Amino acid sequence: MSERKIVIPGEVVEKGNDFLPGEGTEKRGEEIVALRYGLAEESNRLVKVIPLSGVYNPRRGNVVIGKVEMLTFNGWVINIGTAENAFLSLTEVPRFVNKDGLDEIMDIGDMTVVKIVGINKRGVDATIKSRGLGRIDEGIIVSVNPNKVPRIIGKEGSMINLIKDETKCNITVGQNGLIWISGDKIEDELYAKKAVLFVTERSFTSGLTEEITKWFKGAKDE
Amino acid sequence: MSKEYARKDGRKNDEMRSPIVAKVGIIPNADGSAMFQIGKTIAIAAVYGPKKMHPQHSQDPERGTLRCTYNMLSFSVEDRIRPGPSRRSTEISKITEWALNPVVMLGDYPNMVVDVHISITQADAGTRCAGINAAAMALAHAGIPMNDMVSSIAVGKIDKTLVLDLDKYEDSEFEGGEGSTDIPMSFTRSGEITHLQLDGKITKEQLKEAIKMAKKASEEIYEIQKKALKESVEGLK
Repeated sequence: MSERKIVIPGEVVEKGNDFLPGEGTEKRGEEIVALRYGLAEESNRLVKVIPLSGVYNPRRGNVVIGKVEMLTFNGWVINIGTAENAFLSLTEVPRFVNKDGLDEIMDIGDMTVVKIVGINKRGVDATIKSRGLGRIDEGIIVSVNPNKVPRIIGKEGSMINLIKDETKCNITVGQNGLIWISGDKIEDELYAKKAVLFVTERSFTSGLTEEITKWFKGAKDE
Repeated sequence: MSKEYARKDGRKNDEMRSPIVAKVGIIPNADGSAMFQIGKTIAIAAVYGPKKMHPQHSQDPERGTLRCTYNMLSFSVEDRIRPGPSRRSTEISKITEWALNPVVMLGDYPNMVVDVHISITQADAGTRCAGINAAAMALAHAGIPMNDMVSSIAVGKIDKTLVLDLDKYEDSEFEGGEGSTDIPMSFTRSGEITHLQLDGKITKEQLKEAIKMAKKASEEIYEIQKKALKESVEGLK
């Protein structure tokens, strides 16, 4: 299989014992069957299905953007757009926090960048103990389909770095589809937002990085 | 043996109504959506979730739940039907759930629910089958893990003749002989039956024949569902 193709649940993706079933697939006898709707891809004999639609599934290590929903006595409850809310414990904050002053770090309604450290039956655990994480004080937040996030980031961040360089903005892409853009001027931020939306609309075109380069050139000439 | 029943609209006995139209992604706000039309019957389905189950006492800590709601819109038939849940729609909601439950794999979503809302915008017999077809497509479109697709079709017995995919006249207005019996069925792609309903009389041989007929037609429906799902992405290229 050289090209990626769209598969539907129950469809046979690959036959024979040369391949291994990866994410979104299952082995039934000699056949590898897709278990969900998406793009089937094969690399190093591993066959997997990349989802095209559906809700965001939290995973360990994901950086996401969320909104503080509630303060508890030992942490914050953050809505990250999943079925279960994320919990940010006091111990996951890199500096000392007075137990009476939780709202000084983050209050209800604040947006924040967090990293998922664990998922258990009780919910999702988050941390802000890393660079680039924490409360968002300025800039704009754009919401896109979470399935298009890999396209916005590009191969090893090629797409997002290009947009960052061209717009001179700082961009944080949350895996849950929320994107934080902050720049010196509001014009820059809106320009970056336009670029991000341009990528999401054309997420199925191949050679998208070249197309966005062209788009930036066209925007400059205007 | 009495003479064969001749169909009013001139279809062959094993011919489905036309047109059969399937579309995916018709409701942008939903996580997955689909439309299925067969003849004059149109069903739309929207899927939301997996999301947290409410009310909490219905939560299943072992696996996710599939929750279907079937609803006929008040203008879907000539005489306005009273909107809201009824005995009939409650039954069909449950039937749809049972028809789809064997294929959805919700083991990774404990305490969660996948909501499927089916609305019949135009009814002309065979609405539950159209609803199941639309729902299966919408579930796939929502990225729900499934081990197969489901395709649904009805076979009817008009007097003593087996016919495929009854229309409104054949389903509820035909009188004479033994009358009409409707047998809606749902199949997975691999040929397993996930749903079969029958109220009426039929011989064992004829039921076997009916299942064979429906199975063949369900394969055609599967192809249409598959095409719609694949083309919804190609359209963006």
